[in-house]
Amino acid sequence: MKQPPRRSGALDEARLRQQAIGARLRQIFDDVVNEPVPDEFLDILRDADARDAGKGR
Amino acid sequence: MTTVSRADRPDDPARDRAFKGDLVALIPHLRAFARTLTGDPTAADDLAQDAMMKAWDARASFEMGTNMKAWTFMILRNQFYSEKRRSWRQSQLDQEAAERTLVAIDDPAAPVALDELRLGLGMLPSEQREALVLVGAGGFAYEEAAEICGCAVGTVKSRVSRARRALQDILDRGEYHRDGAAASEAMGSILAHAERLSNAR
Repeated sequence: MKQPPRRSGALDEARLRQQAIGARLRQIFDDVVNEPVPDEFLDILRDADARDAGKGR
Repeated sequence: MTTVSRADRPDDPARDRAFKGDLVALIPHLRAFARTLTGDPTAADDLAQDAMMKAWDARASFEMGTNMKAWTFMILRNQFYSEKRRSWRQSQLDQEAAERTLVAIDDPAAPVALDELRLGLGMLPSEQREALVLVGAGGFAYEEAAEICGCAVGTVKSRVSRARRALQDILDRGEYHRDGAAASEAMGSILAHAERLSNAR
């Protein structure tokens, strides 16, 4: 159930809460973006590239 | 499973090199998107690797100069749903961890804790979660997110706004239940509430 706003500042408070949630959400995402990429990714891609090049010509 | 026939692809090593460079630069973003979809780091990396290879195999169909980030995110998302990997999300929402998170936070003035938000994010229906992540964290415009999700722009807007409301509500109820009711009871109530919210128009 939604609670009715109790005071005039309720809207501002909700906006502040949303900003905090937004900042944390970006942090959760960016934390992963900033992790070093596991070698496995590049290994797989390199192998596929080598395989394709071998087949190609 | 069939893959794009490599014989049909125009053989262009320079184009492949450019494509590969762009694809490598996107890996961190693919990993992050996969992590938010699955909630599990290992499953997420499997998904991101699959998506990366699908993108590589389909490189001939990509139009260089268009939005490669959106294109790869779409591939990753399709991969996620085609393999019905959302079941990961269910198993990942481990009750004990959830209870620990809920009871651990006892300062009502504390800023939104990361774990709490991760947990809340996991409770959202997947289409709301992905919309919120793409727009709120992935840096996509509503139009791009709509393209990635294969739906109308208005649908993305409404999903993002419902996700924000539901998340706020989940977090608020987590706080509310901290002092009194047993944490497991709180979890049940939060889950039921999240479900009601997601079903509501």
